[in-house]
Amino acid sequence: MASVAIDMPLALADRREARISWLLAAPAILLMFLFILLPTLAVVILGFTDYELGYGGFRFVGFENYAELISDRTFRRSLWNTAVYTAIVTPVSIVLALAIALLIEAETRAKAFFRTVYFLPVASLLVAMATVWQFLFHPSIGPINAFLAYFGIAGPNWLGASGTVLYSLAIIGIWQSVGFNMVLFLAGLTAIPRELFAAAEVDGAKSWLDRFRLVTWPMLGPTTLFVTTISTINSVKVFETVKTLTEGGPNKASEVLLFTIYQEGFVYLRVGYASAITVVFLAILVVLMFLQYRILDRKVHYA
Amino acid sequence: MTSLSLGRIVRLTLLSLGALVFLAPYTFMLSTAGKAQSEIFSSSLSLIPEHWSYVENFSKALSRVSMTTLLMNGVIVCALIFIVQVVVAIPCAYAMAKLKFPAARLMMALVMLGLLVPIHATALPLYVAFDRLAVLNSYTALVAPFSISVFAIFLFLQFFRAIPDDLIHAARLDGMSESDIVTRVVVPNAWPAITAFAIFSVVAHWNDLFWPLVVVTNQDYATPPLGLLYFRAAEAGDDYGALMAATLMITLPLVAAFLLAQKRFVEGITMTGLKG
Repeated sequence: MASVAIDMPLALADRREARISWLLAAPAILLMFLFILLPTLAVVILGFTDYELGYGGFRFVGFENYAELISDRTFRRSLWNTAVYTAIVTPVSIVLALAIALLIEAETRAKAFFRTVYFLPVASLLVAMATVWQFLFHPSIGPINAFLAYFGIAGPNWLGASGTVLYSLAIIGIWQSVGFNMVLFLAGLTAIPRELFAAAEVDGAKSWLDRFRLVTWPMLGPTTLFVTTISTINSVKVFETVKTLTEGGPNKASEVLLFTIYQEGFVYLRVGYASAITVVFLAILVVLMFLQYRILDRKVHYA
Repeated sequence: MTSLSLGRIVRLTLLSLGALVFLAPYTFMLSTAGKAQSEIFSSSLSLIPEHWSYVENFSKALSRVSMTTLLMNGVIVCALIFIVQVVVAIPCAYAMAKLKFPAARLMMALVMLGLLVPIHATALPLYVAFDRLAVLNSYTALVAPFSISVFAIFLFLQFFRAIPDDLIHAARLDGMSESDIVTRVVVPNAWPAITAFAIFSVVAHWNDLFWPLVVVTNQDYATPPLGLLYFRAAEAGDDYGALMAATLMITLPLVAAFLLAQKRFVEGITMTGLKG
């Protein structure tokens, strides 16, 4: 009897707290529903329709859009280009960021200076800096080719030739993302207990490389996993530089996923078809997240 | 230990060379913004302009697009987005972290799902809906989709979990309501998290081109990246002097803010980054 008497007001208090929780979370829930859940669901449904903005009706066409995607050369090109871009930018920007972070960490002075310099691109307006890169890459008046000419090398038409455009965009992508990764690595490095290095040295890890292999690298596991995930996802989302500098050209050599979605959906207004591409894009993000957390997770040594 | 060992010389050389490469775009931006058209086309590697044409190039850049409108729009949009995001996310994160919330696990699943879905994935239906509602070309269209930041909820959730329960119990015993607790106990304790999130949010939305490009066709609502795109379109030729002057003006605010508050900035990225 006594326990019931105590439980009752407690249950009441719990219910009161639950009600307050719902109230506090209500705006967030409503907005999540409106701007995340509903549109995500809508994009999946639209992918099965032939909806075009400006035309009244639409009908369900099943997997017709997806069938068209498979044979669409532009889409295949854009998928391939996105993969190539990601395969260049992600590993290079991670390795470079780690190298810079190790160099800065080992330095006693000027740490803040170098950190600022390498981080500056992250804080700069990418569209603006892309314009500057366009000048640097300019085939006849650009400083890069002028510099190469000093050594008797005839520089290519960086952004203007289909053979080099994707690599040029990748250079800009690497330049822009190294600083962000570097800061994360620096944070990871400072979190490694100094005693571990001392212990490794006592155990015979005399060279810098041994200490890196035995202590630094395993201890950076979680950071590296995180940096890899973020960098891959960001590379798959490349859009700004493509839209600003190349519009997918020349000859679709820099056509990437988001640019194709933008072009089909918001320029040609083929909402149904563009939605199907968006679903593919979303599926890629899901797979990436899943892969990195399932496969890489096992190789990571958590501190 | 400031002696110059061999290792240190190698390190400093590598870092300095890298720094030169990383700073090259800024160096050439500054230099080209001060060169006349003819000089840009003749000498590519000299950095100091023979004729100082800064005034000319800057006035050209200013007359082609309304730089003040662009920067104002950038500030308005980023500020609105940030304020709404924080006001919506804090109470929700507090309920999830500190109250007996029966749907807390479901909410967590929602947050995780939200982290996965970028604006690029939801843009098409949102665009169609905004078009139907006739709100394209407005601050509403620019701000609304970002009113909810699951990333903010996630970040604040991590932070609130660290606030001692005793502090909140004490506040309750003092007769404070839950909303009082949020505004007078939780928020004052959460400033580091709010600052970190502010940096993340402002950088993301100041730089965003995709969404403004989708919903804005009217120059009056152009944000800085979009404005620069218009400027480039208007600048059909290769007037790199004026173009560099414009990029300089548009890059400067955030770069200046970064240089002034860089310690916070880096801390913010580290903190939000590692927990994202």
